[in-house]
Amino acid sequence: MKEQIEQIKENAIQELQEVKDAKELNDVKVKYLGKKGELTEVLRGMGGLSPEERPIIGSLVNVVRDEIEKIISEKEEEYKQEELNKKLKTEKIDITLPSEKVKRGSKHPLNRIIEEVEDLFVSMGYDVVDGPELETDEYCFERLNLPKDHPARDMQDSFYITPEYLLRTQTSAVQARVMMNNEEKTPIRVICPGKVYRRDEDATHSHQFAQVEGLVIDKDISLADLKGTLEVFMKKMLGENTKLRFRPSYFPFTEPSYEVDVTCFKCGGKGCNLCKQTGWIELLGSGMVHPNVLEMNGYDPKVYTGFAFGTGLDRLAMFKYGITDIRLLYQNDVRFLNQFDRMD
Amino acid sequence: MKLSTNFVKDYVDIDVDVKKLAEDMTSVGNEYDSAQALINATKLVVGEVVECEMHPDSDHLHVCKVNVGDEVLQIVCGAPNVRKGLKVIVALDGAVLPGDFKIKKGSIRGVESNGMLCSIAELGLESKFLKPEDKEGIHELPENAKPGEDPIKLIEMDDDVIDFELTANRGDLLSILGMAYEIGAIYDKKVKDIDLSHSENSEDINNSFKVVRNTDNCSIFLAKKVENVEIKESPTFIKNRLIASGIRPINNVVDISNYVMLETGQPLHYYDADTLKGMLEVRMAKQGEKLITLDEIERTLSEDDIVISDGEKAIGLAGVMGGLETEITENTKNIIIEAAIFNPGKIRRTANAILRSEASTRFEKGLDSNRTYMAVERSCNLLEKYAGATIVGGLVKEDTTSKEDKEIEIRFEKINKVLGTIIPKEDVCDVFRRLDFKYEASEEKAKVFVPKRRIDISIEEDLIEEVGRIYGVDNIEGKLPELPIKTGSYDKTARNIRNKMVDLGLNETLSYILVNDKEAKNFTSDDAEIISLLAPMTEDRNALRQSILQALYRIYEYNKAHYNKDVNIFEIGKTFKKVNEEYIEERKIACLMTGEYYLGINNKKNVDFYVIKGIAEELLDYLGYGNRYSFVVNESIPTTFHPGQSAAISVNNDIVGYIGRTHPAFCKDAVYAMEINLDKLLDKKTGKMKYKEISKYPSIKKDLAIVVDKDVQSSEIANIIKKAAGSLLLGTQIFDVYQGEGLEENKKSLAYSLEFGTNDRTLTDEEINTVLEKVISSVEKQGWSLRK
Repeated sequence: MKEQIEQIKENAIQELQEVKDAKELNDVKVKYLGKKGELTEVLRGMGGLSPEERPIIGSLVNVVRDEIEKIISEKEEEYKQEELNKKLKTEKIDITLPSEKVKRGSKHPLNRIIEEVEDLFVSMGYDVVDGPELETDEYCFERLNLPKDHPARDMQDSFYITPEYLLRTQTSAVQARVMMNNEEKTPIRVICPGKVYRRDEDATHSHQFAQVEGLVIDKDISLADLKGTLEVFMKKMLGENTKLRFRPSYFPFTEPSYEVDVTCFKCGGKGCNLCKQTGWIELLGSGMVHPNVLEMNGYDPKVYTGFAFGTGLDRLAMFKYGITDIRLLYQNDVRFLNQFDRMD
Repeated sequence: MKLSTNFVKDYVDIDVDVKKLAEDMTSVGNEYDSAQALINATKLVVGEVVECEMHPDSDHLHVCKVNVGDEVLQIVCGAPNVRKGLKVIVALDGAVLPGDFKIKKGSIRGVESNGMLCSIAELGLESKFLKPEDKEGIHELPENAKPGEDPIKLIEMDDDVIDFELTANRGDLLSILGMAYEIGAIYDKKVKDIDLSHSENSEDINNSFKVVRNTDNCSIFLAKKVENVEIKESPTFIKNRLIASGIRPINNVVDISNYVMLETGQPLHYYDADTLKGMLEVRMAKQGEKLITLDEIERTLSEDDIVISDGEKAIGLAGVMGGLETEITENTKNIIIEAAIFNPGKIRRTANAILRSEASTRFEKGLDSNRTYMAVERSCNLLEKYAGATIVGGLVKEDTTSKEDKEIEIRFEKINKVLGTIIPKEDVCDVFRRLDFKYEASEEKAKVFVPKRRIDISIEEDLIEEVGRIYGVDNIEGKLPELPIKTGSYDKTARNIRNKMVDLGLNETLSYILVNDKEAKNFTSDDAEIISLLAPMTEDRNALRQSILQALYRIYEYNKAHYNKDVNIFEIGKTFKKVNEEYIEERKIACLMTGEYYLGINNKKNVDFYVIKGIAEELLDYLGYGNRYSFVVNESIPTTFHPGQSAAISVNNDIVGYIGRTHPAFCKDAVYAMEINLDKLLDKKTGKMKYKEISKYPSIKKDLAIVVDKDVQSSEIANIIKKAAGSLLLGTQIFDVYQGEGLEENKKSLAYSLEFGTNDRTLTDEEINTVLEKVISSVEKQGWSLRK
């Protein structure tokens, strides 16, 4: 009987090697392992064996069956895989066709710059404050040590509504507001980004533009603090290699006053037509808050000192994004706007 | 202020390159526009025309042989005045003339030419400085000029000029002397004394001339007389220094008045004494008073203008310009010199209204009365020397000014505190010494005596600025302020709204707040007054907008003109109105949509009312107003909107904005707009965002089609359904709106999908059917029917 089993095994393996497809495989499976299969028949014929032989033969049949089954299942797996591959081939798509991408809108480049400036100063503990754009002469000028008839005031430059009201010409107007609104006269650390207006318009000037004003008032605030703060500000906005040059200047609301130049964005300081060969671009006005301004707005100049600075944001935006004409910022061509739709 | 470096070198000994001087001045706060040689040209030499023949091929060109010292060059010249023996200015091969004009060897109509013979005009002088002969031909040098030498030196134009843009407070720098003190401080050089020496005759002007001061707007008025002047051309150095300073030379007397003004900063006026009546009066003009000024223009004056009168009528506009009638002419013999100081504010106002001049620019910054005296003396010195004048003794003076130094105390500790650095006491005192300020220093402080010329210095901080300036701000190390750590605050809501709108696929714009007054009220129904500008730049922008949408509409028009069909934009900004004499600023968000709204390449949608309504709902939901808003039709909707396709946006039963299509009479295209008053909206409270339990049991959907009259709004139906269904109804959704075949003419059918469910069990059919029956009976009570 053993020989018979061995023979079945050999035959089965032989036939399995010859099968060509899933159907033939199934035929072989039925032939040997099916209900009427050869191996099953052998088991059935075990009744005539002695009790000693039975378990030996039985286990032998099982071993053989396992062996055949293993080969069959391997074959089956192979055919299944083949089948799947065939199917996948028919499902192939052109992955270079355009996507169904979702379109987001875009933020205006000037507001992107404002957000960047806000984030920087908020991280240094500054509050972002807002002030009226339709301002009084008092806050725009007088409380900033610029009485009427002051030579640094140019009426021609401002959009007046009445002799007392005008569109603010500078975000500095917010300085006096913040000081006056602080009733306890506690230390101040604010920036104010916003729109300002002047009667001037060409390729580099718009009658409406954006500035950011910074104001810090506390005990022991010094020019060194102003320098350090503006260095951080400009390096963040224009790159770590940016250098600053402080030039003494004159603003009625600060004393001492400084204009601040930065390394030319275009040539990096070598000299080009943008910086008129000087290597520097004038970007900020700044200084120590004038004692008259502190006093006029309720802060004791014997106790408090402070610094203030202001800069035009349009130029920063133009530099940062390589915009050549300020008017592009206000034309709002959607082909222009669409370009500001990613992080940077 | 154009600074002639030759001029200032009379008063301070320096030997620095002009660029370096300009940069050093910049570093102490005096910016410049340009710094270059007065004659900005290279490779110029004196030449002598040794031969001059006609060009064989031209009727006006000459072929010259020119001796330039070490060689003789052939040069073709077209000037009519070129001739043999003439000494000329030659630009050699390789020379560069102003305007980047390069001279090169070449051939002119077949004849070799090795340079150019120059006119003064070609050397870059402004045309106002050119004499007629300078425009017609080449410059003729004096006969004693030596070939090969520097012609610019020969004509005394070897000067460098720095054009400064001075700050408004530094009026003192509008003088050569002021510049000398500033430069002296930089290079630690003492300023030299000005030569005021002259002789005077034994008469006293006070016997024959008087001055009447009839206004406080003149603080000092001096008059001096000189006789028998000889009017002629000025000496070359005076002419050239005036030219370098931007002032046209006229004759020696007029030039001296300008020269002294440049030196001292004190404007002067010289009168022809024989046209006066023995006196000068300073007073305010009468309203409407007339005066013909030097430029032969009749001016009408106001009570705000200061005038000089001869006792009868105005003969000069004080501080701005003299009168024609009393001016110096070729025949003038005797002169009255006027030196005065007028109220800066008044001069500024007059100058702005009538005319700005070199004089008014100086008066409006304020002057030092020590210089007023100095200018008179210096005039006498120069008039005696260069106009042969006899100086009449005595001086008529009306003077209320103080001439003392200003005493200011400065604490060394305060300097260090403000500048944030430690500057040794000795260094601080050294700054004052360099500035030529007297001082008395003690351990803690110094008493500084600031000369009157520095009108800009009046308090301790001003002196600190001087220390910072001269000591050098570069020597101060920057640091961050040592302040308590805190978090800064900012308007997160505005930024979140902006992010949300960008997420919805809209482009943010930034528009002008100024619009035309006729358009200022578009898209609003507010009856507030429009705010207009007193002096607009253009009529297009003469008023403040009351709605941002007008600006967005203009942006749409711009884009349409540039073939951008799809415009989906928004903006957050302010609008302005006047209510009860009060100016009110309101913050709004506006949104305009037209063309296609793009969701994906194959998923574009033509913008219609429902698209922009979706944007509004998304925004309101995002801000937490879900379930608190509705779109209502009422009379308040602005007429700029289509009456049948617009709505007011109501939140908590208060109208916060409007939405809809633009009125076809306003715009033919399908343009949709929305504007919400953010101040009003954000004032309304919202609930906190909180988790709601998700049911473990499945919900069940039932569909229902309801037939109603065409003009019934879906919100009415939804309300009826909600009310009838009660708490088991989780939500309703419209999935079809139908009108047409199978329905009566004026009917429409709305198909609703109703979702039922509850958190604690699966609903039975029975329960749902009970609710559905209730819904159906409520619907039928309205006179509506179910579509079978």
